[in-house]
Amino acid sequence: MQPTDTALDPRLAQETPEAPGAPRRMVLNMGPQHPSTHGVLRVVLELDGEIVTKARPEIGYLHTGIEKQAEALGWQQVVTLTDRMDYLANLSNNLAYALSVEKLLGIEIPPMAQWMRVLLAELCRINSHVVWLGTHALDLGAMTVFFYCFREREELLRIFEMFSGQRMMTSYIRIGGLALEPPRGWDRAVRNFIRGLPAKVDEYEALLKENPIFLKRTQGVAELPLERLLDLGVTGPMIRAAGLAWDIRKAEPYSSYDQFHFQIPVRTESDVYARFLVRMEEIRQSARIVEQALDGMPEGPWKADAPHALLPDREKMKTQMEALIYHFKIVTEGMRVPAGEAYVPVESPRGEIGFYVVSDGSSQPWRVFMRTPSFGNLQALPELFEGRLIADTIAALGSMDFVLGDVDR
Amino acid sequence: MLPAEILSLPTPAAIAAWDGAAVDGGSLDRGELVLWTTREKLPSLCRFLKGQRQFTRLSAVTCIDRFPLEPRFEVVYLLHSIPNNERLRLKVAVPSQDASLPSVCGVWTGANWYEREVFDMFGVRFEGHPDPRRILMPDYWEGHPLRKDFPVHGHKYSYKDE
Repeated sequence: MQPTDTALDPRLAQETPEAPGAPRRMVLNMGPQHPSTHGVLRVVLELDGEIVTKARPEIGYLHTGIEKQAEALGWQQVVTLTDRMDYLANLSNNLAYALSVEKLLGIEIPPMAQWMRVLLAELCRINSHVVWLGTHALDLGAMTVFFYCFREREELLRIFEMFSGQRMMTSYIRIGGLALEPPRGWDRAVRNFIRGLPAKVDEYEALLKENPIFLKRTQGVAELPLERLLDLGVTGPMIRAAGLAWDIRKAEPYSSYDQFHFQIPVRTESDVYARFLVRMEEIRQSARIVEQALDGMPEGPWKADAPHALLPDREKMKTQMEALIYHFKIVTEGMRVPAGEAYVPVESPRGEIGFYVVSDGSSQPWRVFMRTPSFGNLQALPELFEGRLIADTIAALGSMDFVLGDVDR
Repeated sequence: MLPAEILSLPTPAAIAAWDGAAVDGGSLDRGELVLWTTREKLPSLCRFLKGQRQFTRLSAVTCIDRFPLEPRFEVVYLLHSIPNNERLRLKVAVPSQDASLPSVCGVWTGANWYEREVFDMFGVRFEGHPDPRRILMPDYWEGHPLRKDFPVHGHKYSYKDE
């Protein structure tokens, strides 16, 4: 049966009230192709003049069935799928998945790999936040910041390319450690970038903080109290901009985050402007963490010593019988993960991300559930929109900082 | 009943003191606490956990298909208490014959989309849900993609049909 438009969405037909004397409402489709939705999100708005009376987000346009595909791949192969959900926080996603599977395998990760993961996850946070800042400012009419931010992003992508050979889909954090040995000269490249960053962040912040249009469009816009945000399942910078100092890196430290010094930025206004300030401060704190990781990077192996799960070194495989047997078993049967289930939450740039992995003891996952921050955060959209002007919805949408690939998976 | 090592933890102890029949089993695996409850007790237990044990956050709701075993589905509630820094997984076994559960949208508003996703992907219905529709797949879609008997490739729809 060919679906017609009303069959696709019968509510569209019911939307306009026909009763005489009822207030006249207009139904407006925002998206799925709308520049400020940063992806394919459709919001059905019901308008009374310029005031939004009802907003209904429709998602699923980017649904690719990643969770289903994960069940048909080997454990290590799923890492490449996690990059493609949230393409701005790919390393955080890799890390969250690797931590959950490593918990099931019971592998101990060497300190150097743990610190390198922290460094990369923080570079990734900076990358995500500068892209957010540039596009958010562009939505609100400040174009200069966009060009500056994308210049920083370009430098970061070069660093990621140096590490992994890929600019965006790095898949650099694998189960058991890293994908490759860090390249020669990586520390110089990262240090050059991070040295100049704080001054640049100050400059970008000043560009917007002293911009009266930006202030008018963000201050006091899209406020929502903390209790509502928590009840709706929102995590990440939006929660911290509402006054709760909750960060998984501090609350449930993973991958040696407890050895780093940094602060959790908190604001209490819970408006678009507070979310902007929290993210700006997070960039500075991430730069602090990266500097600490550069200064104190431990020596040692970059992947765990777990012959039953990870491919042995080429040299060992050619000289030692046992390594050859393990190599043969992993290549022919795949990595086997003991039966059980694990969930390790990680603080991604957008909030709590975690992979709830269930294993039946075979070489493929039985179930991989992806608890993505964007999906949880997007549920707050109707409450952020309703009762406000259409122009404010653009600011509210930007302040949520979601990635549609992360919502739909 | 619950083993002693689990009953010594504060949350299971509080549940046992409140209603001994609310939980029928549990495990503590790699430091992660899992408690099993029943369809009847689910809403009252959730309200108790939110009200008395500060589980103010529902991190997610998801489902595991244990096909061909029965009861086929395990619906999993990932709960989190920020003040106590405590995480808990609440599980309910759901048979394939009557795949339905009471909705917990009244306890946490955020359950709304997660329950819709479980319905969309597994076909478990949530009684009393305010908006029981599919969320990711189109409304005309037949079948529930994350069920184990739904093929990864070769189902009858393709992009050419649209």
